[in-house]
Amino acid sequence: MVTAAKVGVTSYTTPSDREVVITRVVDAPRDLVWKVWTNPDHIRHWMSGREGWTMPICEMDLRPGGKWRYVWRMPNGGEMTLAGVVREVVPPTRLVTTERWGPEWPETLNTLTLTEARDLTTITITVLYPSTAARDAALKSGMKDGMDITFATLDAFLRTQQGGV
Amino acid sequence: MPTDQLNLIFAALADPTRRAIIARLAAGAASVKQLSAPFAMSGPAVSKHLRVLERAGLVARSRERQLRPRRLKPGPLKKVADWAENYRRFWEPSFQRLDAYLHHLKETEQKHGHRS
Repeated sequence: MVTAAKVGVTSYTTPSDREVVITRVVDAPRDLVWKVWTNPDHIRHWMSGREGWTMPICEMDLRPGGKWRYVWRMPNGGEMTLAGVVREVVPPTRLVTTERWGPEWPETLNTLTLTEARDLTTITITVLYPSTAARDAALKSGMKDGMDITFATLDAFLRTQQGGV
Repeated sequence: MPTDQLNLIFAALADPTRRAIIARLAAGAASVKQLSAPFAMSGPAVSKHLRVLERAGLVARSRERQLRPRRLKPGPLKKVADWAENYRRFWEPSFQRLDAYLHHLKETEQKHGHRS
């Protein structure tokens, strides 16, 4: 996929009905990006979720068949778990994992690829959903096709409805 | 929320006309006739979109008056908004911290001469 890569901007695209592709360019060599993405000692330094969250559990058995599990604790005491199995490891370019955000979510197959050019590394995460067409359509519209604007409208609407649901 | 209902909601929201209808209803209840006006679309065509939105629990008919204006039901929308926000809110700050962390590591390595 060719994108007008810009450091510091996350792009969300939908190359197929079942995929969401998240792309981000970082100002660092690929070896370093691979290390911070796959080593739990590094992961917990940055993948700590939203403001105020902590990451008490960060486990990654980096080999095919190995399990991984990340647990975040929110300020309200709630927890969120993200877990799956490693399918493929090709350092420092490719990591394929399954991923599930709790029982309500579908399991996805995530492919991370790292490409390096001019001292910049492009991080591409391809998230493949199971064949739930509706969900994919939703993600598609949610990520780029004007849904953001709809949500901005909705936010305003929802604020007027507080307590009236 | 059951996955089935989420799917219904997402399918309903996937269509640009239906999103436009929702944006219009966010400004206040409206009749089918009022909703048809901005679109080059017949009343029955708009009604069809409204039925999809109603099945997803996003829109309700008011019982008042004969026109039975449609209004938004905020409950399911709030859940969908939260769901989409979660996705974005997770990655954006994480990437920002990744940028800062990589910068920090590069500086540290440069100081120790491990990397040119």
